[in-house]
Amino acid sequence: MTDSTDTIKKIKDLNPEEQIAPGTPMCAGCGGLEALRLMQKELGENVLYTNAAGCFTLLSVYPFTPFRGSWLYTSMASPAAAAQGVRDALDIRKHKHGMPEEEDLQVMVVAGDGSSNDMGLAPTSAAIHRGLDFLYFCYDNEGYGNTGFQLSAASPYGSATQTSPGTKLHPAGAELNKKDLFDIWMAHRPVYLATISPREPVDLTNKIRKAKQLKGPKLIISLSPCPTGWGFDPKEMHVIAKLAVDTGIFPLKEYVEGRLVHTKRPKKLVPVEEYLKLQRRFRHLFVPERRDDIIAAIQNNVNRYWERYE
Amino acid sequence: MVATKINTKMLTGNKAAAWGARLADVDYVPAFPITPQTEIVETLAQWFAEGTMQGKFTNMDSEHSMFAAAGSAAASGVRVFTASSSQGILYGLEMLHTISGWRVPLVLVNVSRGLATPITLEPDHNDVMATRDTGIVQLHAETCQEVLDLILLAYRIAEDPRVLLPVLVNIDGFYLSFTREPVELPDENEVRVFLPAFKPVQPVFQASQPQARASAVLGGVNYSFFKYQHHLATLHAERVFMEVAREYGARFGRHYESVERYKMDDADSVFVMSNSFATKGKAAVNKLRKQGIKAGLLKLRLFRPFPVDAVADALCGHQKVAVIDQNIAPGAGGITFPEIASALYHREDRPKRLLSVIGGLGGMDIRDGDFLSIVEHLDEKDFKGPLMLFRKEDLDGFRTLQKIAGPDEERE
Repeated sequence: MTDSTDTIKKIKDLNPEEQIAPGTPMCAGCGGLEALRLMQKELGENVLYTNAAGCFTLLSVYPFTPFRGSWLYTSMASPAAAAQGVRDALDIRKHKHGMPEEEDLQVMVVAGDGSSNDMGLAPTSAAIHRGLDFLYFCYDNEGYGNTGFQLSAASPYGSATQTSPGTKLHPAGAELNKKDLFDIWMAHRPVYLATISPREPVDLTNKIRKAKQLKGPKLIISLSPCPTGWGFDPKEMHVIAKLAVDTGIFPLKEYVEGRLVHTKRPKKLVPVEEYLKLQRRFRHLFVPERRDDIIAAIQNNVNRYWERYE
Repeated sequence: MVATKINTKMLTGNKAAAWGARLADVDYVPAFPITPQTEIVETLAQWFAEGTMQGKFTNMDSEHSMFAAAGSAAASGVRVFTASSSQGILYGLEMLHTISGWRVPLVLVNVSRGLATPITLEPDHNDVMATRDTGIVQLHAETCQEVLDLILLAYRIAEDPRVLLPVLVNIDGFYLSFTREPVELPDENEVRVFLPAFKPVQPVFQASQPQARASAVLGGVNYSFFKYQHHLATLHAERVFMEVAREYGARFGRHYESVERYKMDDADSVFVMSNSFATKGKAAVNKLRKQGIKAGLLKLRLFRPFPVDAVADALCGHQKVAVIDQNIAPGAGGITFPEIASALYHREDRPKRLLSVIGGLGGMDIRDGDFLSIVEHLDEKDFKGPLMLFRKEDLDGFRTLQKIAGPDEERE
């Protein structure tokens, strides 16, 4: 763990050290990997990752790993439960068997939105309820990305996935709103909960600096623009990520000491259309005919969210 | 050398299992309740809560989570015990395959119970048979004493550098889990000599030993390498079982082999059984012998790895063998029957008659008359089997039960 916990103001204040080696099998322009890279700068090398089935499972393909720390692939549903086992074991070794403090590890879940919202949710809920001292990192690319991008509970209304295509009969594609994982987790009163964006490294860094000082369940959701699943040029990842924040679609916020704070509030919301039109997954809202009704519904959803916090 | 201090208690199978974990100085128990196993984790919870056992007992949210925590804790260097049964085993089955592939030593007890549907509480072996191909070493207990002893043996096998795998000890629900028998508790200091404190022989998770574990593989060659390695490690467990069982026998006076022969020497007709119903089988052998029938029994104790040679050596030279499966693979029959058959196939002196029998499902009793019926069917050369134990009186009882719910015409 890097020692610094000071709040930073500029990108040049980021920790220059890298914890994740380049050359992983992730797609070019993966927003999730960029978020993880920025996070690990603050967490250092004494980390054990428990991983759920998903894109990031391919980070460590035998016999390679990009991490300086340790890695354990688990299953789609059980990374939080495996984190419990590791944390318990290290605590037992410290207290019963005299393991020195410097051998201790931070335990961190790495899971996608599919695992986090769906089959991994109950074990995560239980781990938070037990007060497990761990960090949970959800890279949210709003679909089952590793299997070719199917609908997950995090796929937003109006987006097309392989299992919710936009058609004449179903013009919206995904017809349900994104599950509010942040609120579900917040209802558990974890010690720390935040959303982050790979396009906001200063905000991201300050959140991790805050989280790493706290003992207990700490949960992070990163919007993770996905070039292959969302359909945009990898070099546009930062543009998409920025627009997600500027349109108000992806609010940057944190919940700490029982208070919810928006850490980067857009002064004026950019119309959602600016974000939607750059991505193939929303193309059916524009061609063959423009679906103003669906675009308006998406805009209304965003407006309604921010009205709650006026 | 025989233990000097012997403490005998009346214990249920479940309590004997808890005592096994306690004597093994287990560090960590992730737990989830399920009938008929719950008494094991309740007992351990009490011992951890009052400080009799040191370490941690964690109430988990499912068997899937429980096995994940058990495996990851074992990979982090502590001695782990857990227990489950039936639907719980099935719910956690993904993780049983997963953690055995992690090659982590730990011990779990399965308290056998039939599987839904229909949902029931009483025992048969379809639950433990579902774990047959997980690559977990498997031992089956007949008595409460065996439960305790096999758990201590199981830790030696699991932690042996030649093995490094989870070991499952199976006990029958109700018939053993809730039956009190006198159990000799070995002296704690003697146990410490036999089973010293856990010292991992492979790297465990800690800051000075960063490692990527259970990484994905690409391609069948890499996958096959790990799977064959796992298979070979599981095979090693047979030799390790024999070594540690010999040491255990010398130290504590109770001797265990991978299979147990009961009145086999001159037997014409042999029953192959496992777990608590083997006691019924032995009683039936005695009664049949009084009627002049030369019966014997072979009890399976080590089920994974399957002790092919020990089974074949025990059965070859006998004329007639009935394999009694307390499980059913619908569309195929008894699950252990083909394993026995394949163990015998290459032997010239293999039994002439091999009969598959299915019985004892969902706790249904196997009665003396059933054993006699098996002997009779062994002599019916044209009867191919499997013989499914269910008598006319059983059917009559079932029909009577249906009638209580309503007259025939309403059902039809």
